[in-house]
Amino acid sequence: MRAVLLRDLRLSLRQGGGFGLSLAFFLLVVALVPFGAGPDLGPLAAVAPGILWVAAILATLLSLDRLWALDMEDGSLPLLATAPLPLESAALAKAAAHWLATGLPLALAAAPLGLLLGLPPAAMAPLALSLLLGTPALSLIGAFAAALVLGLRRGGPLLPLLLLPLYLPTLLLGAEAARRAAEGEPALAPFALLAAVTLLSAAAMPFAAAWAVRVNLR
Amino acid sequence: MLAARGLAVARGGRPVLEGLSFAVPPGGALVLRGPNGVGKTSLLRTLAGLAPPWAGTLQAPDAAYAGHLDGAKPALTVQENLLFWARLHGRPLDPSLLDAFALAPLRDRPAGTLSAGQGRRLALARLAATGRPLLLLDEPLAALDRASADRLLLWLRAHLAGGGLAVLAVHGDLALDAPALDLAPHAADPLGAEAAFL
Repeated sequence: MRAVLLRDLRLSLRQGGGFGLSLAFFLLVVALVPFGAGPDLGPLAAVAPGILWVAAILATLLSLDRLWALDMEDGSLPLLATAPLPLESAALAKAAAHWLATGLPLALAAAPLGLLLGLPPAAMAPLALSLLLGTPALSLIGAFAAALVLGLRRGGPLLPLLLLPLYLPTLLLGAEAARRAAEGEPALAPFALLAAVTLLSAAAMPFAAAWAVRVNLR
Repeated sequence: MLAARGLAVARGGRPVLEGLSFAVPPGGALVLRGPNGVGKTSLLRTLAGLAPPWAGTLQAPDAAYAGHLDGAKPALTVQENLLFWARLHGRPLDPSLLDAFALAPLRDRPAGTLSAGQGRRLALARLAATGRPLLLLDEPLAALDRASADRLLLWLRAHLAGGGLAVLAVHGDLALDAPALDLAPHAADPLGAEAAFL
């Protein structure tokens, strides 16, 4: 498992594309929103957690279609699928590598970027926490969806459509947790539910992804 | 031991080959012959366990399958590519492999900069790095020059002498003492399959 994780991390660092692109896209969206929304920081601060969460989801989507497709294109997937490492573990390792290369940098960059949206300093820690808890679910669910569209010639454009409903619970809970904590309301419930979504994804998605890859390899 | 009895093989949900029976003992090889599209690749993928047999029984040891693609990451070096496949199969990388496939001078080159023949050698070395007993080679000689083909055969004979097995799909001549299996007589009748379905 470590071998797959390290390989995917090394590839995403070396090829650009994954790591840099998602982060740059995230920065761009968050930096552009204040210009589009006008100079009044009041309403902007109210929706800042939501904007940051939506931007994080869009940035994650950007690199997801490469998760399995690159291995399919260059022919390494058959050998990976017949390796002694169960494909389920490989799926988990790939999702983890994807999260380390996209989700983690996004979660760390989100709080300082919140300044641009007028996010009060007290809200930064809960926002970063909600992204840290929630973005692993995005990578795990994404690994499954990316495996589903693997057999299609142009599966990339289908991926966002497929993921839209699957990402909704994570987005709702994540943005709600960050918003409640920012406004000083009790936020334990959404945080706990968000963690539950991530844990459930970690338990189920590797199996679903491995199943989808196997079907596509037949 | 690789053994098949009454094996039928499907591609895209349709049987392409049927009634295949063969046995390859350890140290033996089997050469698949047949025209384009007869189902050589489908048979190799079934032997690798990527697709379930359509019918019949199949007994196969752990296999390593190489398709038409090289399966190398262009951004990783030759050495890193081989190291990954060795580690994935829980083995250290045998340094003599680099010499066996004449990859030692290319060790630190990114795989994306290799020529077609060099990439092919990396693809074959990758299979060797897995240490799997059964090798499934789809057109291994494509893009290889004479010297590289000889090197591959030399390594393959050593693999077989060590008790390994190999199934190869080749079109050209192969200087390997192995029985050939002509797949053309085993081609499944698509109309017959349809009639059985109806």
